[in-house]
Amino acid sequence: MSAATLETLSQNLQRCLGERLRSIAVAFGEVTIEVGADDYLEAMLILRDELDLCFEELIDLCGVDYSLHSRVAVGSGRYAVVSHLLSIARNWRLRVRCFAPDDSFPSVPSVTAVWNVADWFEREAFDLFGIVFPGHHDLRRILTDYGFVGHPFRKDFPISGYVEMRYDPEQQRVIYQPVTIEPREVTPRVVREATYGKADHA
Amino acid sequence: MPELHNFTLNFGPQHPAAHGVLRMVLELDGEVVVRADPHIGLLHRATEKLAETKTWIQSVPYMDRLDYMSMMCNEHAYCMAIERLLQIEVPIRAQYIRVMFDEITRILNHLLWVGCHGLDVGAMTMVLYAFREREDLVDAYEAVSGARMHAAYYRPGGVYRDLPDRMAQYKESKWKSAVQIKPFNEARSGSLLDFLDDFASRFPKLLDEYETLLTDNRIWKQRLVDVGIVSRERALQRGFTGPMLRGSGVAWDLRKKQPYEVYDRLDFDIPVGKTGDSYDRYLVRMEEMRQSNRILKQCIDWLRKNPGPVMSDNHKVAQPSREAMKSNMEELIHHFKLCTEGIHVPEGEVYSAVEHPKGEFGIYVISDGANKPYRLKIRPPGYVHLSAMNEMVAGHMLADVVTIIGSQDVVFGEIDR
Repeated sequence: MSAATLETLSQNLQRCLGERLRSIAVAFGEVTIEVGADDYLEAMLILRDELDLCFEELIDLCGVDYSLHSRVAVGSGRYAVVSHLLSIARNWRLRVRCFAPDDSFPSVPSVTAVWNVADWFEREAFDLFGIVFPGHHDLRRILTDYGFVGHPFRKDFPISGYVEMRYDPEQQRVIYQPVTIEPREVTPRVVREATYGKADHA
Repeated sequence: MPELHNFTLNFGPQHPAAHGVLRMVLELDGEVVVRADPHIGLLHRATEKLAETKTWIQSVPYMDRLDYMSMMCNEHAYCMAIERLLQIEVPIRAQYIRVMFDEITRILNHLLWVGCHGLDVGAMTMVLYAFREREDLVDAYEAVSGARMHAAYYRPGGVYRDLPDRMAQYKESKWKSAVQIKPFNEARSGSLLDFLDDFASRFPKLLDEYETLLTDNRIWKQRLVDVGIVSRERALQRGFTGPMLRGSGVAWDLRKKQPYEVYDRLDFDIPVGKTGDSYDRYLVRMEEMRQSNRILKQCIDWLRKNPGPVMSDNHKVAQPSREAMKSNMEELIHHFKLCTEGIHVPEGEVYSAVEHPKGEFGIYVISDGANKPYRLKIRPPGYVHLSAMNEMVAGHMLADVVTIIGSQDVVFGEIDR
């Protein structure tokens, strides 16, 4: 989006959302706003219906687990729901982030009534992160197996999972057993310090 | 009088018209569908979680395996997201190559779609013609990347290498004599661009052939017209994009509205439907193939005249040449760092979307400055379209379910991820 569009969008957002807007940031040509879980539903309705914003489409909604993210302010919460909105009439996009207040039972209001498409996206966020969406009429698991235990996209869930499945010739049926593969990391995760490669860095 | 109840039918996951591993629980009242509950996830591989444990570049091949019918478009969105975070420029020639292969991919996808959709609905011959033409295009894939499907050709910073000067030839064998293979090798005697040029000049005529088979075919129209109507308002509520949205009469195409790469320099039109039924979506996709062919031609012309680099010269991101790596200490260090640690992407988050053959395919990445993504979210168009299944099939006959799945153009690699 051009700089002028970004400016207009930011101004419109500040005017229409007012107090509900916790923070607004413009980076990489995209606008990100943050709203509280209490104002979330109301803010989403404004975003859809206000003619100066006019976000007719919810493009994407996903959960994020910030527990290992080093640079997100501590205290804002572990889980967030991030939505991407698109306005066809105004041809602009917006990212809305809403942190779930309680880390032990993350819960964010459902926006299925605002955009029906949120149905499966919220089921996915529930399945993978365990975020609960009050107001969703049919919050079931969607991507994982029937009877799956746990929320696999949480950062404390190992990549190999906890159980594996195999056919047991003695019992003549498929059984679950604890995973037998060793965890391994081929390329370690490296975050370089800010001074990396600087000439004056001793 | 015995009391009649609705009964439940399990459709898939091994049904040939389920396009992969869709399991759908259908509640039927006689032959009319009352409710459809798609069960997905049978192909779930947790691509997004896997990407968190791999370096940025190692996830490029995973993208091919999402929508395995439009491989390069998936890579495109992923590479574009990384490039935007790194704020690097892609050389203009690489941009043209990407656009050209995006359009080849669109034709590939739509050809498979029209073939399989025809097969589902009962038009058996269509798939044979469609695969004949797909063969040429996957050969183009093979010529640039060495793989016929999972190319991994787009890389952050450009494309893996420049277009080849010659095409693979058919060889004489005990089944095919030299005389028999001669016509096949004629178009392959020049470079890849000559081969594609030959294809692009043949293709509109072939599309006319397909249309004589289907467009005015009475049975085809009886099966498609007024089936699965989605109004403009409902399409927006259900987050439709791409041909599904355009079929409902919304002129929305990212290539025009939010142009990326060099789409703003190319001349093409956006077909739009009227009623939003399956037939309109069919017409939209057929016309899209013609428009893709136009773009393909323009790209070929430009690429012939303008040689140049196809990879960024920023060696923090793109590998240096072998020659430079072996003669220059600086480049050797870059090469070592890239091969061991991979690229470091600055902290931030970005959502990059491309006009994928099926709709808007988006990649949302959060980076914390590491050599791996912190979180990667794929926005698959098929997932959204399939979620509208219940709404689209309610009130239709059981046989129309197959038509509607076909007209949604779903591929489970991207839906289940």
